[in-house]
Amino acid sequence: MSEIFIETVRDDGTPDDLGSVPMSLQMGPSHPAMHGTIKMRLRLDGEIVQKADVEVGYLHRGFEKSCENSTWTQVFPYTDRLNYVSPLCNNVGYAMAVEKLIGIDVPERCKYVRMIMSETSRVGDHLTCVGASLMELGAFTAFLYAIEAREEIWRLTEEVTGARLTHTYVRVGGLKDDLPPDFEAKYRKVEKKIRSLVDDILLLVDRNRIFLDRMKDTGVMTRERAIDWGFTGPCARASGVAYDVRKSHPYLLYDRTDFDVPVGTTGDNYDRYLVRMEELKQSLRIIDQCFKQMKPGPVNVDDPRIVMPDRDEVYGSIEGTIQHFKIIMEGIQVPPGEVYSYTEGGNGELGFYLVSVGEGKPYKCRVRPPCWNFMQAVHEMLEGYQIADIVPTFGSVNMIGGECDR
Amino acid sequence: MGLDTTSMGGSFVGTKLTEAINWARKYSLFQYPFVTACCGMEFMATACSHYDISRFGAEIPRFSPRQADLLFVVGTVSHKLAPVLKKVYEQMCDPKWVVSFGACASSGGFYDNYCTVQGIDTIIPVDVYIPGCPPRPEAVLDALMLLQEKIQNAQLDRRSVG
Amino acid sequence: MSQYVVQRLTERFPDQILETHAFRGDDTVVLKRDKLLEVLRFLKEDAGLNFDLPVDLTVVDWWRKKEPRFEVVYHLYSLGKGHRIRLKVPVDEDDAVVPSSRAVWAGFDWYEREAWDLYGIRFEGHPNHTRILLWEGFEGHPLRKDYPITKRQPLTALLDGKQE
Ligand code: SF4
Repeated sequence: MSEIFIETVRDDGTPDDLGSVPMSLQMGPSHPAMHGTIKMRLRLDGEIVQKADVEVGYLHRGFEKSCENSTWTQVFPYTDRLNYVSPLCNNVGYAMAVEKLIGIDVPERCKYVRMIMSETSRVGDHLTCVGASLMELGAFTAFLYAIEAREEIWRLTEEVTGARLTHTYVRVGGLKDDLPPDFEAKYRKVEKKIRSLVDDILLLVDRNRIFLDRMKDTGVMTRERAIDWGFTGPCARASGVAYDVRKSHPYLLYDRTDFDVPVGTTGDNYDRYLVRMEELKQSLRIIDQCFKQMKPGPVNVDDPRIVMPDRDEVYGSIEGTIQHFKIIMEGIQVPPGEVYSYTEGGNGELGFYLVSVGEGKPYKCRVRPPCWNFMQAVHEMLEGYQIADIVPTFGSVNMIGGECDR
Repeated sequence: MGLDTTSMGGSFVGTKLTEAINWARKYSLFQYPFVTACCGMEFMATACSHYDISRFGAEIPRFSPRQADLLFVVGTVSHKLAPVLKKVYEQMCDPKWVVSFGACASSGGFYDNYCTVQGIDTIIPVDVYIPGCPPRPEAVLDALMLLQEKIQNAQLDRRSVG
Repeated sequence: MSQYVVQRLTERFPDQILETHAFRGDDTVVLKRDKLLEVLRFLKEDAGLNFDLPVDLTVVDWWRKKEPRFEVVYHLYSLGKGHRIRLKVPVDEDDAVVPSSRAVWAGFDWYEREAWDLYGIRFEGHPNHTRILLWEGFEGHPLRKDYPITKRQPLTALLDGKQE
């Protein structure tokens, strides 16, 4: 790296003949702040990052190829593991894409349950992101609080879905099951706990000088650049792009709920943090309204070609057995065509582009990962700042390996 | 250490010394979390206050392989990442142990395709496997206790005394 | 998605459009490759269309199903107008090249590299035309339909007696 020689200047303006030589440094992939899956090649001038070159692909797991070899229903577990911090949002996004392709509409109660579950998932997502980036800044206690709150959410979702993290709860045309009968009461308890833990986190960091100094005016992404790079989700909103799929193109029943879309002004790390914290509260608000509006009813569409028959029918009647066999072995028959369906995932516009040739398996199952755009642009948010700013910046864009590399 | 317990054989002193050393080792595991994917979320949950892995003496993560003696491989390892994993393993000093966390690390999980390593034991030796996708925290703690048992019952040889 | 966009495009580039169709409310325009960049620029810069957000770029492989074999698929969105469009550009296997749209939207930078990596479509004029998810030296393009799903190319030697 000796070809570039930078002259430094002393305080009185005379050149410092000692000079300094840019240093190249590799960060990751096995580095705690790089989430284990990103490598950065940095060129440093002292503490300043001159150039950052981001390399991804360490968690490429062949999502698309695997999906092409599975039936439409078997894809759900793979979607769980895309953005594994908010798996239910992915489940819902994929189910809606297939439903769009088939051309069916799910019952109202199902929509409410999907909303409730994806919002709880979003709360967990934002808590993890904020908590982890706080820990990387040294606020370990705040991290413990955030994970404790997330643990409460996981326990709650476990009661509904049967799994703590990889739920596979949503099905094409409905859900695995309705909510358990005493769900709302349990949720209320959890909600109280989350709110108090979030307040505790805020008490710890809100007026903390170190935290503010490290977050403010670092990792700035302007509105124009954010749009050009294709940003969506909390990162775009922090940069002042008021685009939230739930508001701009309401899906499910988001148009019946009242919530605000927080928008930042400068697009720095602090704004991203604030946007996430506010969205978290708005999500709780949405869930509240869902509980108020929700009425009992069926959660699955009434179509035996799409929804699995009841256990009793499978074992008790010949039609049920055949139906079960066909769905399991051949998969749901989806008419030929292509759709692009988009929902608001934890990190932004989560799109599914599906191509069907009229078989039980997807011909192509493409996911549009919001993280991908952040990663291709993150070098702009690092260059010119100090090396210590890499950690908060990288933490606040919330790169999720499973989704970025797929 | 210039200790040569092997030459002491099964003598009383030798056995007691082995026991003592192993006891010390099993409660002071310094782990290197090689976290890549979804299992990492569950790993976080295990490490944090609710399940609190520090109760078992394996609390402090070391992000330098030279300072760690327990390698936790958490999540899917792709072929692109495999050389990194191998390098990390080789940089660790003896005695060292490896825990394969989750279905992906143990066998490739349901990613049986062109880019995923079909189990890290094709690359590095593994001491304990934890099943599950992802494993529950209880399973992780159980695995840790299994490993401690293994360490306690180990015979000291020249290599592990170092 | 919006019918207006299709109309406007057909008026402006009648000879560039091979076909238009709508399915489940998604409007699609199939384009020729020749003036692709011009069309994309128009889509972005025209005040009535104003497609400022690059959403998605991917490829569909119609191996042994359709000719030409590949379709490069663009999804665009306009933040101001709120409309969407899907563009498709068919390309042949022996001539799998399209002009790079990196200069129009920075956001397609990695998407194009990914399409090269996984499908083997070249994007002419891309500033950094390298593999991204896989590594240099990987043979073939895994998301092509003729690439077997379990064909692995390990970078490290396996331990004795172990097999993949
Ligand atoms: S075992 Fe399951 S949860 Fe763990 S990394 Fe693999 S897919 Fe993710």
